[in-house]
Amino acid sequence: MTRINLLKPNKENLNIFLILGALFFLLAIYDFCLNNFQGKNITSFLPGFISFFTPLIFGMIGLFFIRIEFSGIKQLDNLNKNINTSNFNAALSISIILLIIFSVAPLLNWFILEATFFGDSKEACTGDGACWVYIKTWFNRFMYGMYPNAEQWRVNATFIIVLGLMGAGYFFPLRYKKYLTFYYVILLPIISFFLIYYLISGGEFGLVWVETGAWGGLSLTFIVSFFSLIFCFPIGMMLALGRRSDLSVVKYSSLSFIEFWRGVPLITVLFMSAVMFPMFLPDGTYVDKLIRVIVAITLFEAAYTAEVIRGGLQALPRGQYDAAKSLGMGYWRLHLLVILPQALKLVIPGIANTFLALVKDTPLIFVVGLLELVGMLNLAKTNPEWLGFSMEGYVFAGIIFWIICYSMSKYSQSLELKYKTDR
Amino acid sequence: MNAQENMDTRGIEFGFGFLNKAASFDIQFSLIDYDGSMSYARAYLVGLLNTLLVSFIGIILCTLLGAVIGVARLSPNYLIRKTASFYIEFFRNIPLLLQIFFWYFAALRALPMPEDAPLLLGSSFMTIKGLYTPAPIWNNFDVFMIALIIALVIIFFFNKFAKKKQEENGTQYPKFFISLGIFILIPALTFLIGGVGVSWSFPVLKQLALTSFTFEGGMGIPPELIALTLALTLYTATFIAENVRAGIQGIVKGQKEAAASIGLTPSQVLKLVVLPQALRIIIPPTTNQYLNLTKNSSLAAAIAYPDLVLVFAGTAMMQTGRAIEIVGITMATYLTISLSISLLMNWYNKRIAIQEK
Repeated sequence: MTRINLLKPNKENLNIFLILGALFFLLAIYDFCLNNFQGKNITSFLPGFISFFTPLIFGMIGLFFIRIEFSGIKQLDNLNKNINTSNFNAALSISIILLIIFSVAPLLNWFILEATFFGDSKEACTGDGACWVYIKTWFNRFMYGMYPNAEQWRVNATFIIVLGLMGAGYFFPLRYKKYLTFYYVILLPIISFFLIYYLISGGEFGLVWVETGAWGGLSLTFIVSFFSLIFCFPIGMMLALGRRSDLSVVKYSSLSFIEFWRGVPLITVLFMSAVMFPMFLPDGTYVDKLIRVIVAITLFEAAYTAEVIRGGLQALPRGQYDAAKSLGMGYWRLHLLVILPQALKLVIPGIANTFLALVKDTPLIFVVGLLELVGMLNLAKTNPEWLGFSMEGYVFAGIIFWIICYSMSKYSQSLELKYKTDR
Repeated sequence: MNAQENMDTRGIEFGFGFLNKAASFDIQFSLIDYDGSMSYARAYLVGLLNTLLVSFIGIILCTLLGAVIGVARLSPNYLIRKTASFYIEFFRNIPLLLQIFFWYFAALRALPMPEDAPLLLGSSFMTIKGLYTPAPIWNNFDVFMIALIIALVIIFFFNKFAKKKQEENGTQYPKFFISLGIFILIPALTFLIGGVGVSWSFPVLKQLALTSFTFEGGMGIPPELIALTLALTLYTATFIAENVRAGIQGIVKGQKEAAASIGLTPSQVLKLVVLPQALRIIIPPTTNQYLNLTKNSSLAAAIAYPDLVLVFAGTAMMQTGRAIEIVGITMATYLTISLSISLLMNWYNKRIAIQEK
């Protein structure tokens, strides 16, 4: 055994340095936890700001001791390589670890340990943590808005059928595969529209009519996003093609259309659809608020989609156009069969981002008085019997939106990989 | 024309004459003098300035945060890399409106009342009614501003001169430090010889009624502005971080190696080779994000921060009923901001584009 030099951790005394390092590291965390959660300061004999930094200093000493190259222990080498390459890195790592401890512990407390899960009234919530009873009580409102409780099966049924129809394309027999695009772009929206019109709205076949003003909650988020998504894509594609057209009328009208919608905030577009648009209608005609909102969002997002698709069109080499033309293809055959399939593949991430933005923009429809999930939260928050639970509501909605958006972005990444071809 | 008929039946005339009438409503927070007796045009200006204020603060903060997170995303340190990507995935996938509501209705409502607020940094108070900080009171503020402008002009010409010298015979000046020196020195001189002075007014707790307190003096930043800035910054920074990451990753390794092999020091490699190329990739999408931030600041209407949309398309429209004119003006304003920045961007893109033969 060689002599131990504390300033130079070496492989010969590996075990001693490992134990020392672990001790210091644990001391750092212990000191930090005592300081923050128990209010005790075991290093209070040191001057103020040094005492504040003791966890960091202890942690750095600990990491310094275990920074031994080629120790022969795989885990230790990995650890050193990833978070402990130098003193500076060690300091950053320690800060992050302490920060995680600092934020996770209270969050865990609030979310689970001190939260109330059971009960059916406000009185059940006595702990310091979250009151999930609030979410439980209001769950139906958050999901369906003011839709009558007895009729909510209609909303569920519609969503299940539409989801089933969307999944059905996956099981198409091979010889019908060529109709897949037609099915998704034209047939499915029409079927879904009629489903929503007859089943959710009702009024016929013995179903009670429910006005669109009563629709709300998460189901309205889905309805608005679904239709806007379906319509904004073809419109955006046409605009993108129009912008690259040789006819200057088409070109400049597409251009100004795109630039107009991209230049204004969605909230003013919704204002326009709510207060300005009815002014231009002939007397006595009335367009449903929900339809106006869907049209507004569709046109708004179509402009963004158009710009994304244009990027893909521009990225294609000229040779593709020339080759297709030399085969005698006309404008539509050229674009539908050669150009667009390649261009769209290139812009999958961009389109996914636009769709994500659309879903995240739906809460804005509160400005015209339609209350989807976030709008319902704000309504529930003002209920005098349930004051003071806004935090739970927003956290709940945040989790739901996060799951939707995160899974959408992961799905788009997998699509991107699936259609990736080397050129 | 349907619109004409509709307006006739509702007794509304088309025209912009209403802009000169007295607005007769109050605005909580204003950068310029305003009260109810002033015109609608003045109210419009107040709203516009408030929009620009929140966008300006938001853009500066989200650039700083985004740059840090973007670099952290590429850190060799596993923990930092993962924390940065967690931050990005977390804030990017939650609707901005929800985040604004969260900060305003949930997080900032948990702050103490003015009478229980602890002292921050020796002079500020963070309360449920907003942040109160000391406010500077200037003497001869205009002299100071002129000095600042002069300093900027000198820095501009100095940088031009330094660039010319470098291209002529390779002499390099420590451009950054000299610029910083000029920027600090010249305005500082005005304190000595220009008669410029600054004193601070501190916020002091004042009792309005038995249980109602407020702060007097100092600068009060309303909670609406804080919530909005926080949400806009945290949300937009995620996109900017991704742009920064893409920009840095977009530079092939060979560039750095080539630069090092001709004898440039690491800081020179960064300054002369990596940054100019990375910025070319980073700046266009980042400007887009700035525009988005400006447009998203219109969500302020949801938490009653008096921005353009709330003041003009909200209150003013409610009072006058002139939907077409007001929505038109509001949209035209945003459109002007967007299009002028787009044009500037196109010009910039052309200027920095690689000159290929």
